[in-house]
Amino acid sequence: MNFAFLHKYASLMHAYRLSRTLTPWLAGLTLALFAWGLVSGLVFAPADYQQGESFRIMYVHVPSAWMSMFVYVTMAAAGGAALVWKLKLAEIVARACAPLGASFTFLALVTGSLWGKPMWGTWWVWDARLTSELILLFLYLGVMALHGAFDDRRAAARAGAVLSLIGVVNIPIIHFSVEWWSTLHQGATVTKFDKPSIHIDMLIPLLVMIAAFQCYFFWNLLVRVRAQILEYDRNAAWVRELDLPTRA
Amino acid sequence: MSGLDAFLHMGGYAVYVWTSYGLALVVLALNVLLPRRAERAALAALARRRELGTIDDAQA
Amino acid sequence: MLVIGLGVLGIGVAVALILAAFNQNLMYFYSPSEVARGEAPGNRAFRLGGMVVKGSVQRDPQDLTVRFAVTDFAQQRTVTYKGILPDLFREGQGIVAIGQLDPGGVFVASEVLAKHDENYMPPEVAQALKDGKAQAGMKP
Repeated sequence: MNFAFLHKYASLMHAYRLSRTLTPWLAGLTLALFAWGLVSGLVFAPADYQQGESFRIMYVHVPSAWMSMFVYVTMAAAGGAALVWKLKLAEIVARACAPLGASFTFLALVTGSLWGKPMWGTWWVWDARLTSELILLFLYLGVMALHGAFDDRRAAARAGAVLSLIGVVNIPIIHFSVEWWSTLHQGATVTKFDKPSIHIDMLIPLLVMIAAFQCYFFWNLLVRVRAQILEYDRNAAWVRELDLPTRA
Repeated sequence: MSGLDAFLHMGGYAVYVWTSYGLALVVLALNVLLPRRAERAALAALARRRELGTIDDAQA
Repeated sequence: MLVIGLGVLGIGVAVALILAAFNQNLMYFYSPSEVARGEAPGNRAFRLGGMVVKGSVQRDPQDLTVRFAVTDFAQQRTVTYKGILPDLFREGQGIVAIGQLDPGGVFVASEVLAKHDENYMPPEVAQALKDGKAQAGMKP
């Protein structure tokens, strides 16, 4: 047998097997975290002295916003690895991140809007925080467009990677926007170098929901890479000999 | 207002709160279902290629 | 490959330029001090931001006009607004008003948005904080 041939495909095979092993556990953990987070956030957390029950939107808005940035950094890092080391698995991870990250960004913007209307009195303002998050959505869509624009999937991945890396500058802009400019969106409650300015009974459900979203991301990422791996490695020995499950 | 009524009413903010959670559910569910469908298609294509013999199973 | 690289670079430059342009036009609000110094535009709408002065809110019994003062703890500005105020509007709260100065220096707002701070707590804790501050001789 040609061992060099084996070595070239080994990491994708390993990733495929790892994904198949881990995803059932991650699915269960994700569901458990969501159940805990939703019950404690919607039922047990006390209403806010100012915002009343509307503050509960925070339990989907903040995790979505956090994930929109986390996934972008992951996508850019994977893109960088694909460019520098030409790693196929990195290309696959970056391609999987894009629609997920775009979904989180969309959710952050829309739930933010639904929260802003009753609280601020408006669906939208062009303040620095909201605008930079909207730009993030455009960046994700641009990366997705590049991923689909080429027949050669490796060239597509490289183009997407370049755009992701250029757009990384937006991430600190989003985070620090509320400090650098006068914004309608308020400053940080948790991610600051200070005690969190949120009551513990309201904070715990938030941390659980962030963990739930994070776990969901890892689960979904592993599911998404599987189909791509089968395509990238379609002629490899391990794919030819793969035990096809009776149901996916 | 009973417990369940109060819960659904969300202090008058029901539309905003439940639309947010509903949208989140739809988006997260779609992100689970669509990749699964893609994987099933990839596996089906693989099975077809085997049956048609376009994969050389005789190589040993 | 070169064409793609240039194209993507072009997008990157465009994004950077957009961000820079937004830096100018991003919702930047003027404080009452800046308005007092004449830094706000005189002939078009702008945004005024500050805290609603306690005890300054007056509602006209005839129509929906409300009158209040906005401060940045250095200068004050009187604001009038005709319409429904957002839920979070209250004395001691931050607001951003969009409108223009009238000849008398009163800010006539076409829209009033309420800011809220980054603190989250249940009502009883907020009340305890207020009581605690009152006991310590501080303003609640």
